[in-house]
Amino acid sequence: MLLINCPFCKNRNETEFVYGGPVGAKRPDPSLVSDEEWVDFLTMVPNPMGPVYERWWHAKGCNKWFIICRDTVTHEILESSSDEP
Amino acid sequence: MSRNRLESGGRIDRSKSLSFSFNGKIYYGFEGDTLASALLANGLNVIARSFKYHRPRGIIGSGVEDPASLIELLDEEESGNNLCTTVKLKEGLKAKSINCWPSVDFDIGASAQYLEKLIPAGFYYKTFMWPTWHLFEPFIRIAAGLASAPKAPPKTGHFESRNAHTDFLIIGAGPAGLLATLMAARSGAKVFLVDQNTEAGGSLLSLNLNINQKPAMAWVENVVKEINDMPNVTHLQNSTAWAYREHNLVIVNEREVENVSIIERSWRIRAKKTIIATGAIERSLVFPNNDRPGVMLASAVQTFVNRYSVKPGNNLVLFTNNDSVYSYIKDLTRAEINILAIVDSRKNIADSVLIDAKNIRVISNSIIKNVNGYKKVNSVVVQSLGNKEVETISCDLLAHSGGWNPMVHLHSQSRGTVKFDDRIASFVPDHSIQNSINIGACNGTFPLNEIFDETKSLLSGASENSKPLIYEGKLECSKQNYSIEALWSTDLSKEKNKAFLDIQNDVTHDDIKLALREGYSNVEHVKRYTTGGMGFDQGKTGNINIIGVIAKEQGLGLADVGTTTFRSPFTPVSFGSINGVREGSVALPFRHTPVTKWNLEKGAFMYEAGARWRRPGYFPMDGEGFQEAVNRECHVVRTGVGVYDGSPLGKFELKGENVGEFLDLIYTNIMSSLEPGKGRYGLMLTDDGLIFDDGVAFRIDKHRWFISTSSGHSDAVHQHMLKILAFDRPEWDVKITNITSQWNNATICGPLARKLLKKLGTDIDCENDSFPFMAFREGKVANIPARVIRVSFTGELSFEVNVSPRNMLELWEKIIEEGEEFGILPVGSEASHVLRVEKGFLSLGHEVDGTVDPYDLGMGWLMSKKKMDYIGKRSVNLRRSSGKVRRELVGLLPTDPNEAIPEGAPITPNGNKVATEGFTTACVWSVTSNRWVGLALLENGHARYGEEACIRVKDRIISAKITRPVHHDPEGKLLRS
Repeated sequence: MLLINCPFCKNRNETEFVYGGPVGAKRPDPSLVSDEEWVDFLTMVPNPMGPVYERWWHAKGCNKWFIICRDTVTHEILESSSDEP
Repeated sequence: MSRNRLESGGRIDRSKSLSFSFNGKIYYGFEGDTLASALLANGLNVIARSFKYHRPRGIIGSGVEDPASLIELLDEEESGNNLCTTVKLKEGLKAKSINCWPSVDFDIGASAQYLEKLIPAGFYYKTFMWPTWHLFEPFIRIAAGLASAPKAPPKTGHFESRNAHTDFLIIGAGPAGLLATLMAARSGAKVFLVDQNTEAGGSLLSLNLNINQKPAMAWVENVVKEINDMPNVTHLQNSTAWAYREHNLVIVNEREVENVSIIERSWRIRAKKTIIATGAIERSLVFPNNDRPGVMLASAVQTFVNRYSVKPGNNLVLFTNNDSVYSYIKDLTRAEINILAIVDSRKNIADSVLIDAKNIRVISNSIIKNVNGYKKVNSVVVQSLGNKEVETISCDLLAHSGGWNPMVHLHSQSRGTVKFDDRIASFVPDHSIQNSINIGACNGTFPLNEIFDETKSLLSGASENSKPLIYEGKLECSKQNYSIEALWSTDLSKEKNKAFLDIQNDVTHDDIKLALREGYSNVEHVKRYTTGGMGFDQGKTGNINIIGVIAKEQGLGLADVGTTTFRSPFTPVSFGSINGVREGSVALPFRHTPVTKWNLEKGAFMYEAGARWRRPGYFPMDGEGFQEAVNRECHVVRTGVGVYDGSPLGKFELKGENVGEFLDLIYTNIMSSLEPGKGRYGLMLTDDGLIFDDGVAFRIDKHRWFISTSSGHSDAVHQHMLKILAFDRPEWDVKITNITSQWNNATICGPLARKLLKKLGTDIDCENDSFPFMAFREGKVANIPARVIRVSFTGELSFEVNVSPRNMLELWEKIIEEGEEFGILPVGSEASHVLRVEKGFLSLGHEVDGTVDPYDLGMGWLMSKKKMDYIGKRSVNLRRSSGKVRRELVGLLPTDPNEAIPEGAPITPNGNKVATEGFTTACVWSVTSNRWVGLALLENGHARYGEEACIRVKDRIISAKITRPVHHDPEGKLLRS
């Protein structure tokens, strides 16, 4: 079980959080992109072995969405912030 | 005295005799015994039958490494697979053998041995390929598994779990762990020491060693006494660290809790630093019939003699490839075990080692070629590796040692890496990923003097507070030797007898070779194909040999083959312990509304309806069945008035300048144009163009709104909304409050609803002109502050009266009381379902199944053409532009009006046995139509009104007319009335 560093509540157990997936591309204006670009936005998700930015929701805590940078190999949490990377 | 018990010595209390039963017979042992040592003391050889071939099996190890002696505990202690080497003997204990019928001595299943050609390695997987799995399934289901699960939960006592935080967690109370504990504790740090054994000491419990010229156990007792007096130390014996998770979370299962009403306690310990001192386990040697009762690990023989004062046999042959067995000679001789020979696979054995074997015959450069005896060893065949000459030696015990494996399990679970160490021919920890260190035998350091030196030096740099960790006392012990020449298997070519690598899963040397021949060359694939290293013991004694055999067959080094992943649990853990106190009614608690008690008093049939809400399904009257009750409730809503508890509905209040824009983004239609006091029904999509939720949005005033969501989906919608605001529109001013539990509601529905509302007394003008459909008013109902909303999920005139939970029951009882003259009835979820199906209203999970879009449901009009963007728009249009056939929502009228269609039943073209073209989403008895009516998703359904659909139900076809998906009041006049 991860010990997640919520920017507001500090270290709390993973069970208090909801995982929101890795941070992908910013949602484009749908009227300005091609079909391929739109499908890429929906389906291309970072999945590295190593550090990745991901979203978490402190559902059973302060209710905030925030972003951490987690190493998928070691689970080390390198960064935690309420802003986009 | 039992026949194999020694007169004196050992860590048993001869003054406390305990009686126990095994397979129905009564035996006696002593306090301090395990079930295994007591069975050996009583001269029992065959303890269990093996998993696949039902070969007789005896005790092989002395602790958690034993792969064979699984038993089932009965009565008070009832539990499935237990290793008899780890079951503490208690008065009245009852146990029995597993995998055998009618008895462990005469087992019908043993005939499996003669069918071995038919059940090769990977047999299970082969049945998937040919001819068909279904042919083998019944047979495999019977043969699979080991002991049976307990039939009922324990009659007394309960399980418990605890969280703990500590500076140091030390795992293992052997010499390394005890010294580390002493150093950490003396620095003033908070320390946890956990150990799986009944008492501290680790290897020192079995070995006769000296520390500071005194028996090592005297040192252990002093250390234990000192740490147990320190307030900063928590010392747990009988406690296994079975899982090492992320961020230094270690889960420990404590089995003998000081409070006897606690069966087991699960500790979740977060440590700043974990010190792993889990020791090493002896591995087997691989030779034909190495599983016969009477063939044991050498360390186990030593442990039974020294710790439990039990002689497992009288005439012993030792077989080894390393030095460790030579140090046992003194103890075994003292116990009057006749050591007939030491068979050593090595050519050259150091003189310093041979000193211990002065009067013993050492047969070097030789191996065990075979073991004779079925239920007990009677002789062994020794073969020279040089001239290949063979010799048969009669004996009743063969003890073997293939070297020592550091217990890297927890280190590896922590994601630490391992490397192959030629010096000890095994894997040792390499890099740690988390804040942990390995000390002692689990780090590949075996001699006691080296363990102490290593512990002192590694701990000195391990301070987790400002104070350094130092040990100033003296620790003198004699130097020990250890050297090994790896022997992964003896020469088994042309060998007919089975040589086991994984004794628990009956995986033989031949099975591994077969897997390699069939193309499973990776160690992980070999594991899965043969099951070697899986199961209960996780290959503690056999895994490294499997890797060794793969390496030998492939001409690689062990480092190149690598290890399989070490998984938790290290040893089996009961489900009860994992669950803790979360059992019965608190395992997954129900959510209630204030009306639950009232519902129960009225005899409602209650069940879960979405997100653990416990709701009334229907309210049967005397002698009434399900259908009669539901019909009665539906009828009253269509003709009079009913009341429905809608409290579980998800409800949110949204405040801020940008709420209108925000709602326009998350709903498919336009909400921002609503006037205060008005609302709209809306659909929420996800950005991949699928329906996420439906509900209504109402504007309270310029910057205040509230929305409702499906009962079972409110958490998901909450998450969805907050996520968009956090990452896509952080600049927007929208504050969201979950008010699901702050507002309860009683929905008055039916043609007489307005009359009832007036009778209850309200300051709201509830005439249709001033309070129309999809409008919202604040005021008082029956003198209770309320928000009244005109929405309808039944198709009838409805007033949803929202009040504070503390007023809900009062409102509810007043409604029932005042409604009596109109014949009011409470309405359950079942009637609600019937009424919405008649109207063709959506239900998530029925019509909305994660494949449909609004057009499919005939709700294209909800997809705003004016808005440039809203969530899901682009993807719905993109998907529809492919022109693929869609499944669309239709109504179904069974040709025979009295014939019901089961929900979920498939529709196929002409009822043929071909691919489906749709399925029935719902089918109910309609009181207004006096017949069964249904809804379905059907390919091109909107173009097929009036045609016939064929629904396949087993071997029968139900025909039905395809209609619009509305069976009642298609113009919606009633709900607007």
